[in-house]
Amino acid sequence: MVSKKDVIHVGKLADVGVNESELEEFSVQFTKILDYFEILDELPEERTITGETFNILREDIITPSLNHEIALKNAGEEEEGFFKAPRVM
Amino acid sequence: MEMISFNPHDTCNAFITTQIQAPFKEGALSGVPIAIKDNICTAGIETTCGSAILKGYIPPYDAHVITLLKDAGAAIVGKTNMDEFGMGTTTESSAFGPTTNPHDPSRVPGGSSGGSAAAVASGMVPYALGTDTGGSIRCPASFCGITGLKPTYGRVSRFGLIAYANSLEQIGPMAQDVSGVSRIFSVIAGHDTHDATSVNHPYTHNPDPEKINGMRIGVPDEFFGDGVDPAVSTVVKEALDVFASKGAELIPFTMPSMRFSLAAYYVICTSEASSNLARFDGIRYGPAIDTKNRWHDAFSKYRHDYFGKEVRRRIMLGTFALSSGYYGRYYQKAQAAKRMVREDFARIFTDVDIIAGPTMPTVAYKLGEKNDPLQMYLSDILTVPANLAGVPALSVPCGHIEKMPVGLQIMGKPFDDETVIDAAYAYEQEVAKNGR
Amino acid sequence: MADEIIIGLEIHCQLNTASKLFCGCSTDFRDDAPNTHTCPICLGLPGTMPMLNKKAIEFALLVAKALHCEVLDECEFARKNYFYPDLNKAYQITQYDKPLAEGGNLIIEGDNGERKIRITRIHLEEDPGRSVHMGSQDRARYTLVDYNRSGIPLIEIVTEPDLRSPKEARRFLNKMRATLEYLNVFDSEAEGSLRVDANISIKGSNRVEVKNISSYKGVEKALLFEITRQKNAIRRGLKVERETRHFLETRGVTTSSRSKEEENDYRYFPEPDLLPLRVKSWIDAIELPELPDARRERFIKQYACSVEHAKTLTGSIRIAEFFEKVASIDHTLASTWTADYLLGELNYRGMSIDVVPPDIFRDLLSHLKNESITDKSGVEVMRIILDKIAHKEPIETPTACITRLGLGKTGEGEITGMVKDVLDENQSAVQDYRTGKNEALNYLVGQVMKKCRGRADPAQLNRLLIELLAKKE
Repeated sequence: MVSKKDVIHVGKLADVGVNESELEEFSVQFTKILDYFEILDELPEERTITGETFNILREDIITPSLNHEIALKNAGEEEEGFFKAPRVM
Repeated sequence: MEMISFNPHDTCNAFITTQIQAPFKEGALSGVPIAIKDNICTAGIETTCGSAILKGYIPPYDAHVITLLKDAGAAIVGKTNMDEFGMGTTTESSAFGPTTNPHDPSRVPGGSSGGSAAAVASGMVPYALGTDTGGSIRCPASFCGITGLKPTYGRVSRFGLIAYANSLEQIGPMAQDVSGVSRIFSVIAGHDTHDATSVNHPYTHNPDPEKINGMRIGVPDEFFGDGVDPAVSTVVKEALDVFASKGAELIPFTMPSMRFSLAAYYVICTSEASSNLARFDGIRYGPAIDTKNRWHDAFSKYRHDYFGKEVRRRIMLGTFALSSGYYGRYYQKAQAAKRMVREDFARIFTDVDIIAGPTMPTVAYKLGEKNDPLQMYLSDILTVPANLAGVPALSVPCGHIEKMPVGLQIMGKPFDDETVIDAAYAYEQEVAKNGR
Repeated sequence: MADEIIIGLEIHCQLNTASKLFCGCSTDFRDDAPNTHTCPICLGLPGTMPMLNKKAIEFALLVAKALHCEVLDECEFARKNYFYPDLNKAYQITQYDKPLAEGGNLIIEGDNGERKIRITRIHLEEDPGRSVHMGSQDRARYTLVDYNRSGIPLIEIVTEPDLRSPKEARRFLNKMRATLEYLNVFDSEAEGSLRVDANISIKGSNRVEVKNISSYKGVEKALLFEITRQKNAIRRGLKVERETRHFLETRGVTTSSRSKEEENDYRYFPEPDLLPLRVKSWIDAIELPELPDARRERFIKQYACSVEHAKTLTGSIRIAEFFEKVASIDHTLASTWTADYLLGELNYRGMSIDVVPPDIFRDLLSHLKNESITDKSGVEVMRIILDKIAHKEPIETPTACITRLGLGKTGEGEITGMVKDVLDENQSAVQDYRTGKNEALNYLVGQVMKKCRGRADPAQLNRLLIELLAKKE
């Protein structure tokens, strides 16, 4: 049973902003979905399978960087050549 | 530079962006119009993944497949509608409105490459690119009555494909017929030095209808069991009889790993998606994030406001599956299931050349019909095994139920997309000959 | 209580490959404007994929071999997921449970003799971008981000908690720095090329992590501060909280971290866009260059350096290479003048030995060898030339300088004249000397040195003065 508290916790961890009105709906849906996932309990835990290919590498060669204007072209906000972001404190 | 004009009468909302004047070069596909699913980056052309969070994003680079198509002379005429970030089976979750099925505007075209399928099915374009993570090319191909191929994992570069689930997805061709699919596949398949998971295995095959003679075709019990509409089973079984009439042998078998495949698929794809979609923060692209607020608050609000509900749901599921204490229980067990599915396919392929069955459990649903997430996920049951195993899988139209198309799914050995195409071609040619 | 302090270090060094870890952007970004060394890959644009730089692996293997680590049969990359503006994919591609190499050690001079400090593991990862705040981070209204640094290859070296004092930690870092420089995988003079996180506890109390230390001196300072802080807490009966703290270099203190990073569950999983590496066999083909310890031994044998001089001269590869370019003039002179004089002058001016042309120094050394100038004049010439280099003025050779300023050693005749003058001018000192006050002799030596601008050979001058003073009697 996935509780509203669980939904709030995962919402915070995933940073997707869950609001009050969505809690009920999400907890019902997650319960159903995770109940379905329980079928996996029968299986052992395993590492990601690797194929037969390894060591795909590139040589240490410099290729041209993006022109500064192009790098910033889709930016939300910029200042003096920097991307602007909300304050972290 | 030469141009073609593109001004379609898009009544099914197949396109998000159209290029009224589309340039093209000399080449094997010179002047051929092709529509591109909107999760594939096209330099200078808005690329949204069907999401509000990428509205206005103009990539500064082309996906590798786009470079290949342009070099071959194709004209990129537009970007097609899709379920937001590829997460869906109906194209209803697009932030740009749903696409409707050209055969019946009250029904969905399938998803997530619904726009591409509708664009081809309605005749607006002869070819389109879609992407397939758990059936997103094959499902809309089936629902819209066209042909679509999910190539062997690694045969087509993913560089420039805006990632949903990296270990499962491939870009693939969609067309009116198998020759069309084969033609586009020959241009986009091949190694890319920018994609470490891409394999050096170009496609230079011409579909051969004679190869069907003597082919051993595996028919999985689970593909005709509970959860599959009996009417669909009947139509598909008739299609299999066509194979038999052309000298193929039908061999029934079971796939025990099917029990786990849907859960494994959803654990893996939501886990990878939760990580892939974390980068959309409005700093470098997309609508601007509020820089007057604190980072944490601004970021969650941004994602709440600009991601649709299904996307947020899957991000949460994936975050949960990867989280401390649950990683072993979900992600690692899903890996065990993935291995089981691969081994099942490998075992079956020692005895058969291809596997055939229905693509989807039903024909296209009505708009708004699938509103419960788990019910929606269950409709992927027949398509996800091919993504987990990495094998090639194609859907070719094989009949109708009350005017709505039914799709025949053909899966092949890894890197034997050629045999899949041959079988599909043989079927298609035989049916055309008999005027169905 | 000697064994009371327990310290472990996590060292991040930028590898000086030509291009970044996962894309071809140049790593030479330091003097350039923000966001001018980026591409769709290192900007984290949607749809891009990483492509691993072979040279970064080769460099990391050099380090693994030099530190006697065991390379894993197979290693892989993983995503470390967290949200921060300068981490543009919202995950850092790093290595988690299958790193490049494990085990290993580095021998340092401990507080009580030689100590073998064990290495837990080394792995590769990418550097995030750089956040900049106008004014202090606390009061900034927004963050500015520069992604030039995003994707720079980092090697992370983690030690076991084997260090027992801040001084040992500093020595360890110094030796690690020198080793990495000798391997030519790292440029210690590049700003921000080395960052350290330290874990420290007083035996019996909780462990504290100190992040964000970016200088060698900073490490010792931060640890000293922490030890004091923790000991004070224990003495007052308070509990030392298990926490993460940040080091503020300018104030020399650690503060409790207010960032949410440590609350994060990083949700590590294998990077699906990269394939595993099997590079254990590459180790055999790797030839290590001469490392600091070996070079030190060789300097002692080949150039008859004292142990102290050998240590100083091999402490940095730039100094060692410089020394070997100038040593042929005269081993002992070169040794003394590089280790004792030149380095001191360079440190005082904050200059690197790189700016001193070796042939200029050779010229100076040959004058000293010929005894055509005194040591004092030698120092004066060296200072003049270094000042010119510092001010970016054109430099002259020591020969030209000596000629221009007439700094040649005084001849017998010239010095005799000067001594006579000084004795005449300083009768009271002469009297003092004759009444047995030997300090007066030093005073008289000083006066002559002043007159001749230090050009007199001290031994010669002493002899002459004593002779002439004796005569006058």
